[in-house]
Amino acid sequence: MGITFTLNGAAVTVDTAPDRRVVDLLREDLGLTGAKECCGAGECGACAILLDGKSRLSCLMLAAQLEGHSVTTIEGFSQTVDFQLIQKAFVDDGAVQCGFCTPGMILTVADLAARNPNASREEVREALSGNLCRCTGYQKIVDAAEHAMRTMRERGR
Amino acid sequence: MDVLFPDKLDALWKLWDSHPEARLMAGGTDLLVAVAAKRIRPRTLICLERIGELRQIRRGETEYHIGATATIQDILDDEGLGKEMPLLAHALSLLGSPPIRHAATLGGNICTASPAGDSLPPLHVMDASVELRSAQGNRRMPVSEFITAPGRSVLRQGEILDSVIVPLTCGGDCCGFFKLGHRKALAIAVASLAAVWRTDPNGVLTKIRLAWGSVGPTTMLLPDVEKWLLGKPLDEETLTHARRMARDGVAPIDDLRATASYRRESAGNLLFKLLDASPISPHVFS
Repeated sequence: MGITFTLNGAAVTVDTAPDRRVVDLLREDLGLTGAKECCGAGECGACAILLDGKSRLSCLMLAAQLEGHSVTTIEGFSQTVDFQLIQKAFVDDGAVQCGFCTPGMILTVADLAARNPNASREEVREALSGNLCRCTGYQKIVDAAEHAMRTMRERGR
Repeated sequence: MDVLFPDKLDALWKLWDSHPEARLMAGGTDLLVAVAAKRIRPRTLICLERIGELRQIRRGETEYHIGATATIQDILDDEGLGKEMPLLAHALSLLGSPPIRHAATLGGNICTASPAGDSLPPLHVMDASVELRSAQGNRRMPVSEFITAPGRSVLRQGEILDSVIVPLTCGGDCCGFFKLGHRKALAIAVASLAAVWRTDPNGVLTKIRLAWGSVGPTTMLLPDVEKWLLGKPLDEETLTHARRMARDGVAPIDDLRATASYRRESAGNLLFKLLDASPISPHVFS
């Protein structure tokens, strides 16, 4: 069936089964492998995307649900200035090790920055609570998120 | 698997009539996990997310009407509700993670009828009702009568949960939702307790409502414990006795998260959280 939605700013129509999981559609059919599948059950956040600007888990969505909506993956978000600020903070603060969780982490920070640009450290931890990282121990990721949001505020973004 | 999206209730009734085998999906955060694990294999899914009339949050004169497919985040974003129903808002802020709360719905949390559903203990102590709806009409009942067993409710074929009605009765009371899980976030409760209480100037309990989660097949209400606590001072001695009654009253099981005996202990110990909350301020939670 044809499903029409906005993908990273461009209108697309894909022909796929309505019950195809969004993570499979993105990774296998559309070649957007930034969203990772880790747990497949909503526990790890590695498959996060933005749906109409809000973080959602692409392993817990079906292709047919995308009809008429706007999807931003890490590939699309990487074209923005906000991405560059978050990326630089992640690199500078040593928040990336194996990198598997990083796309989900970055999109979650983007979601938080949009909803609550003045988030406290506790609110940052709360916002990232659905994203698991098995390398860093989280402190550096929380540091980087705070750092990126501070930079965004200074730049009036 | 066919996936259908009615955008009006009338369309839902028609679709469901022609696909009586269909499963209904709200946010999908439980259902799609079960589908992926092949625990259920529905031939047809009817998604409720495009039915706008099911997603409204409305404040009446003495109660809130929360549409069944309002997401947890929709509810948390409602400022008035957050102020007037801090107990419900606090409990929902502990449900899942941000991306889960963007998808998961209050109606889904109720209809899933998990013993661990985070919304259920607070809705019980707040005397919430549920409005059920079908092509034939509506019926309303207390939330405590809606769930009959784990995963089971009184919903009939062709009937949905339309909305949740929560009376504004909490004003001036202390309230708390105390959740014990393996993590602070994104955890399924090992045991939880929702409480609404009031004390007089001498610290004596003049009102007490308690509901436990994850320590029985459905939300556990222990009216004997409430009755015994009423008129007693809210202190350690009182709670030590109430703890024994609670341990004896709950009906937990062993599962992968905890043993029954650990849950029994926890159900009693959670009562001591009432001491941490200041009894004079109107809305206090952990």
